[in-house]
Amino acid sequence: MTLEVVTFWGLSVLLIGSALAVVLTKNLFHSVLYLALSLTATAGVFLALDAEFLAAVQLLLYAGGVVTIVVFAIVVTERLVGERITQTSRSILTGVVLAGALLLGLLRFLRGADLPVERPVIGVDVTRAIGQVLLTEFVLPFELLAVLLLVGLLGALYFARPEE
Amino acid sequence: MTVGLGAYLTLAAVLFAIGFFGVVTRRNTIGILLGIELMLNAVNINLVAFARFNADVVGMIFTTFTIPITVAEVALGLAIVILIFRTKRTAIADHLDILRG
Repeated sequence: MTLEVVTFWGLSVLLIGSALAVVLTKNLFHSVLYLALSLTATAGVFLALDAEFLAAVQLLLYAGGVVTIVVFAIVVTERLVGERITQTSRSILTGVVLAGALLLGLLRFLRGADLPVERPVIGVDVTRAIGQVLLTEFVLPFELLAVLLLVGLLGALYFARPEE
Repeated sequence: MTVGLGAYLTLAAVLFAIGFFGVVTRRNTIGILLGIELMLNAVNINLVAFARFNADVVGMIFTTFTIPITVAEVALGLAIVILIFRTKRTAIADHLDILRG
């Protein structure tokens, strides 16, 4: 009971702190490293929500894949431009006003909603249940996802083709 | 004292707002993509939290779909950024104004 609360608050502080660092750091490379931290913290939130499979997927695809791709992109574009990419942030005030208004709207909506406090017991193994439902009820979207990834791969190849 | 669904949704809302702030304030196109990543993460937290508190794995199935789609989107977005670099020699979104009316 108490462990749950401590875990949640620890993860929240880590997640929000690293997310703020992502959007506020001047150096883009540091920003990506903080993004890796926040994605790992998100995997921790998934673990706290009893979704072990999704935590693993999050670590493999996001913290492993996305961060690597972004680092590659930064390295490549830096070499192309020949100077370090520094972040010049646009008007901070506009961002604070817009994001604050969005947050206030969301929080007001959340306050009015009637949300459950106790989590119900899931009798079965969540990972097993995900696998079974994924390959029976949702098998068509699953196959379409494979097509989407193939199209994405071809699109990336098309964009990255050498110049004639 | 337990952690209810509202706490997870609030965390996701804060994360979403931070990501939105990043998208609005960053000039660099890669920085904007990082903000979009944060916003998508907030949505994933929402989906998993709703799934857990309703004891229904379908929400988690949705998340298994959204994560690969997001990764594909980022890969293509970065490919476009690199392509823009090759032709326009800039990473700053404000400089990409060839569509201005």
